[in-house]
Amino acid sequence: MPIRIEHLSYIYGEGTSFEKKALDDISLEIGDGEFIGLIGHTGSGKSTLIQHLNGLNKASSGRILVDGEDIRSEGYSLKKLRGKVGLVFQYPEYQLFEAEVLKDVCFGPHNQGLSDEEVLARAKEALAAVGLDESYYEKSPFDLSGGQKRRVAIAGILAMKPKVLVLDEPTAGMDPKGRDEILALLKELHESQNITVILVSHSMEDVAGCVSRIIVLDEGKILYDDAPSGVFRHARELEKVGLAAPQMTYVMQALLKDGWDVNADASTVPQARDEILRVLNKG
Amino acid sequence: MLKDITLGQYYPGTSIIHRLDPRVKLVGTLVFIISLFAFGSISAYIVATAVLVIVIRISEVPPKFMLKGLRAIFVLMLITALFNLFLTPGTVLVRFWKLTITQEGLRMAIHMAFRLSYLIIGSSVMTLTTTPNQLTDGLETGLRGLKKIHFPVHEVAMMMSIALRFIPILMDETDKIIRAQEARGADFDSGGIIKKAKALVPLLVPLFVAAFRRANDLAMAMEARGYHGGEGRTKMKPLVYKTRDYVSYLLFVLYLIVMFLTRKYIKIDFPL
Ligand SMILES: Nc1ncnc2c1ncn2[C@@H]1O[C@H](COP(=O)(O)OP(=O)(O)OP(=O)(O)O)[C@@H](O)[C@H]1O
Ligand SMILES: [Mg+2]
Repeated sequence: MPIRIEHLSYIYGEGTSFEKKALDDISLEIGDGEFIGLIGHTGSGKSTLIQHLNGLNKASSGRILVDGEDIRSEGYSLKKLRGKVGLVFQYPEYQLFEAEVLKDVCFGPHNQGLSDEEVLARAKEALAAVGLDESYYEKSPFDLSGGQKRRVAIAGILAMKPKVLVLDEPTAGMDPKGRDEILALLKELHESQNITVILVSHSMEDVAGCVSRIIVLDEGKILYDDAPSGVFRHARELEKVGLAAPQMTYVMQALLKDGWDVNADASTVPQARDEILRVLNKG
Repeated sequence: MLKDITLGQYYPGTSIIHRLDPRVKLVGTLVFIISLFAFGSISAYIVATAVLVIVIRISEVPPKFMLKGLRAIFVLMLITALFNLFLTPGTVLVRFWKLTITQEGLRMAIHMAFRLSYLIIGSSVMTLTTTPNQLTDGLETGLRGLKKIHFPVHEVAMMMSIALRFIPILMDETDKIIRAQEARGADFDSGGIIKKAKALVPLLVPLFVAAFRRANDLAMAMEARGYHGGEGRTKMKPLVYKTRDYVSYLLFVLYLIVMFLTRKYIKIDFPL
């Protein structure tokens, strides 16, 4: 289900004194099965952009085509679209409301008008996919830890079987272990269910290990749209807009400068280790 | 709809109206509103209109912001006007079916429309040029005298400022929760009244949870900074009257005098 964004602009509070241009002429193409990292500093427009993908925000100008159809055209069902493009919000607290985890996960598929058995089956499947077993079914979502809440929130969207999964900073405020678990979970979902994943973050470190494409937003404009290695080569420019390349990129670039014949595109610790070992063993 | 309510929405600026002491603006608004009800005649409305136009001009707030508040209460105004129009007894003007319009009813309806809209515009001028904090500060200082009769002035003012501060936060939160639930296919608009009420549960639960969490955080933060009520509490920016404030008070008196004089000498009333 390819998504095409054409010259999208969005202005908050149009016509008031608080007018704010959050997105400025964005054009993008998102293909099937991609794993994309959407990066930008605070206030660069990431959340605003992804809320266009399932029709929550209405573009001030420009349009969005899903499967070749304009999602704002007459008669297009936004409700169906929301089943296809699943959006997990930044804070799970915004969506959890039922007294029991399982029921909460059922909310999405239930809204899709599925039969009760189908709803239940999907909810259980989704909870299993995020690594929550039966012992969680009857717990109150409000008694869970932050990381567990986030898993329930992701399951709530997964249960709708979206073809595109968009997550707004799913690792914000999590400890390194929880973060790694969530990222591993996403990678696993992407590979096993073959869905498109768009991961919003402001940390290159987070996305370096899993995505195949990085889109960098700055002040509502696309700054880079390239493979990770291509984006990381612009470490200096990234710093100028309040971001940074992964630490390993800096290490590799420093080694390269010192005359070591390493490939500076290695951006995660395992990649860097392999690369350094390769060069050392050669010499 | 919620966004149309201008009351409590500050429009940042540096005009002289913005810089006036909040107490002056409170008294001014009060004087203006009372004058509307005390002097109801075409001439009085002309004077009031002139004053409003001048004040809005000086405040540098675009007039459309003042009028926004009107849009929100338009229905209320319409209903009030209709009730007055049809239900006031008196000399019959028009009669059709079971409805009668009387001379007095027509007059009342026109008066109410003028008074209500000027009341809203007048208070909008105040709230658009005064931050909620300044307003409660003004109230607290202005009503200090009530402490003698054991009225909890400080506590009430504190509650007001907290409530005012939380309105935009909770509106923002509501908006986000609605989006998060809509992303899961929730539908807040269609269906009968029962279905609609049920559809609110996924919105209300997270909203209440958020409100309580915020209240809890705030209480902790206040406690941590040693808040202990109004006793012996000093202000970082004490309210002190400046020349412009005294001048404003003089202008209020002048306004009332003009109102009196027009009433006495050049009163023009509705030709009914
Ligand atoms: N509801 C709103 N009303 C007005 N302006 C808004 C609103 N939401 C966001 N903005 C503004 O739009 C811009 C983009 O906001 P957005 O939330 O998309 O940023 P973001 O990249 O998601 O940031 P973060 O990393 O903090 O989540 C910001 O400058 C913000 O101030
Ligand atoms: Mg965001």
